[in-house]
Amino acid sequence: MTKYMVPILLLVITSAELGWAEPALSSDAADKIERGKELTFARGKGNCLACHVVAGGEMAGNVAPPLIMMKVRYPDRMKLRAQIWDASALISTTTMPPFGRHRILTEEEIDLVVDFVLTL
Amino acid sequence: MIRVFVIILMATGLLATQPASAGPEKDLQAMQDFYQKRFPNVAPEEFANGLYAFDEGARAQWLELEDFPPYEIAVEEGEAYFNTPFANGNSYADCFENNGLSIKQNYPYFDNDTSKVVTLELAINQCREENGEQPLPYLRGELTAISAYMAYTSRGNTINVQVPNDNPKALAAYDAGKQFYYSRRGQLNFSCSSCHVQVVGLSLRADPISTTVGQVTHFPAYRTVWGEIVTLHRRFVECNSQVRARPFESQSDEYRNLEYFLTYMSNGFELNGPSSRR
Ligand code: HEC
Ligand code: HEC
Repeated sequence: MTKYMVPILLLVITSAELGWAEPALSSDAADKIERGKELTFARGKGNCLACHVVAGGEMAGNVAPPLIMMKVRYPDRMKLRAQIWDASALISTTTMPPFGRHRILTEEEIDLVVDFVLTL
Repeated sequence: MIRVFVIILMATGLLATQPASAGPEKDLQAMQDFYQKRFPNVAPEEFANGLYAFDEGARAQWLELEDFPPYEIAVEEGEAYFNTPFANGNSYADCFENNGLSIKQNYPYFDNDTSKVVTLELAINQCREENGEQPLPYLRGELTAISAYMAYTSRGNTINVQVPNDNPKALAAYDAGKQFYYSRRGQLNFSCSSCHVQVVGLSLRADPISTTVGQVTHFPAYRTVWGEIVTLHRRFVECNSQVRARPFESQSDEYRNLEYFLTYMSNGFELNGPSSRR
């Protein structure tokens, strides 16, 4: 995370000085998506690829449905977040780990994963 | 695609959560029926080959490895250890039925004197202690080699673990093992059955998952990723750790009961250990 904080801060500072308010915002969004992607793929974090095919990821498992057309299928962002926070609340027998309930990911990390998954 | 998953979910729903206690024989029948339905094209005895029963690519690599079996050295070393007398002049052969040869199919068994499950590895160490020798460490080395040799002499024998219906303590040990198998644990919240029953045959990343039945026939196993031969309990440790659960000690009561249940689920299968695994 710190790896990204420095460039972000620099960007914020320089853009503030130069009055680039808008590009700074959108690059912040892009950065969030990039961080969400890393969390989604990282074995020690989301490791969603263990089970789901996700565009851009390699060596995906086939235990669960591919994460595709997410924006269309999840017009309600909170529904997607709930699935990731605790899938077992929706299907008690699910094999999907309860990322929020068991603190596998922090609340902030889950939001970043949601940001990324909604681009799929 | 999503439809298929829903159907698999429904089909596995029954066994995914612990079935009501119906006794070991009925459990075994239900388990075998489940896998036969799940893999209609796999001959039942093939389940003794783990994931190689249904993953053709992995199977080809495995058969190639078997040309020069990596566990052979352990078997030879194990034989030498087995035949070396203790300081008191006795040897392992004196501790076991049939001089310790061709007996693995009867392990683990429930010992009425101690009211505990006795695995083959535990019996090897008990034999040493009865003869005034230090017990050997369970994780690797000499003990695993001896176990590999004893397994090798038992190849082709049919697993025949007994859980006597009229022995409530033995039944309780079996039930504890079964309970363990179906209990979710660890930060990732998996039970053994989440993987080996519910998503069996599918892949986590690039790892296809093997069936519960036939799973113990081929231990100890030489694992390529570790470059050494390992016991069944070492595999339990690995499977517990990968879901970020705290693993138990080798030969803990928990793992002994688990081995009792899991080996019963392979009753009727032929022993084919030691083996090589990726
Ligand atoms: C160990 C397996 C596993 C892992 C890891 C996993 N999932 Fe899932 N996921 C499932 C399964 C199985 C389903 C099917 C429905 C159910 O059982 O909940 C599912 C369903 C979903 C769904 C709803 C299905 C759909 O297409 O609408 C979403 C969204 C989802 N997962 C996202 C994720 C994300 C994001 C991650 C990583 C942070 C992740 N999953 C990690 C197993 C997993
Ligand atoms: C997150 C998934 C997962 C969980 C949970 C899990 N396993 Fe495994 N297990 C695997 C994978 C992957 C392998 C390696 C591929 C294979 O042989 O099935 C494996 C292998 C094994 C093997 C060796 C199979 C062979 O042919 O050599 C045994 C025995 C085993 N597991 C038992 C258990 C037990 C007992 C538990 C519960 C304590 C358990 N597993 C929980 C995924 C899991």
